[in-house]
Amino acid sequence: MNELLLVAGMAAVTFAVRYPVLVLVGKIPLPEGVFRALRYVPPAVLTAIIVPSVLMPQGAVDVSPANAYLVAGIVSALVAWRTKSLLLTIVIGMVVVLAWRALVG
Amino acid sequence: MIGMPPPTRRGEFLAGLQAMIPLIVGGIPFGIIFGALAVTSGLSPWTAQAMSLIVFAGSAQFIAVGLVAQGATLPVIVLTTFIVNLRHALYAASLAPYVRHLPQRWLIPLGGLLTDESFLVSIQRYERGGDSPYKHWFYLGANLGMYVPWYLTTLIGILFGAVIPDASRLGLDFAMSATFIGMLIPTIRNRPVVLAVLVAGITAVLAYGLPNQIGLFLAAVLGVGAGMLGERLWPPAPQTLEAEAHEEAETNIAETRE
Repeated sequence: MNELLLVAGMAAVTFAVRYPVLVLVGKIPLPEGVFRALRYVPPAVLTAIIVPSVLMPQGAVDVSPANAYLVAGIVSALVAWRTKSLLLTIVIGMVVVLAWRALVG
Repeated sequence: MIGMPPPTRRGEFLAGLQAMIPLIVGGIPFGIIFGALAVTSGLSPWTAQAMSLIVFAGSAQFIAVGLVAQGATLPVIVLTTFIVNLRHALYAASLAPYVRHLPQRWLIPLGGLLTDESFLVSIQRYERGGDSPYKHWFYLGANLGMYVPWYLTTLIGILFGAVIPDASRLGLDFAMSATFIGMLIPTIRNRPVVLAVLVAGITAVLAYGLPNQIGLFLAAVLGVGAGMLGERLWPPAPQTLEAEAHEEAETNIAETRE
């Protein structure tokens, strides 16, 4: 992959979201419905990435104790829910995946 | 809450920086984690550093690196970055009425370096009001207060990641998923979001085999659609754009939701 092009593309679209809105609001009407839909974008995109990565790490659905990602994913979700701490979620998730591999795998 | 800053350029700027301190401290580990994951996922150290320098969007950078690790193509990653950053439009729209009078040379750094964190402290500054004509210096201070530390902590992470021989032996291969889980869970605040998440998750699994990460976009689109449908079933209390932006930013800032 051309990494220079990747960064340039990412920078361009990010700027294109932040800057024009700051300038255009009040000058042209912005549809309310668009802003309502925005709140569902992060949860939908994150879920679409997370679920296959923990449920089917080898490309096929694997709901078995041998799937350390699934176990660690469930634990991480519980930690995130109870503590609301991103750092704690990451640290405990990493520890669980290592411990589970050592015990089971 | 902090008192009113002195109504000078310098006073507002320093107050903006100061307001960011707790958020900067909370953000330090994530810059380091991002840098380490970026290089262990296969990006060159220069690309990882350039991302923090010119893209400067924490969640989107994490997601981009996650997609690189999964072997996604360039257009997929750029399009996903755009979609994930769309919420910044909500922030920009909320701040726009306060900065409308400023010249272009101000709007570029104020818009271009906007983040969840700097949005939150800046909108709070505008809401506190006062007749200081230099509130945009506060906003600039807040933006730079996030930008410089993010860049520096990424660098530390890159240097760290570059000396790790085998990322999976440290559990780093799961750190990305754990990061996304930690970002996702707090957004699940009501029934429409639950519906959005269920539909996105099921679609992502069913459509997994489709080429070019079409499954990812299909899941995202159907998930957002399900959320909108959920709002019809369980209508949320009406909110102003500004209040909605507030809530959104608070949800997206790591480590500050107490």
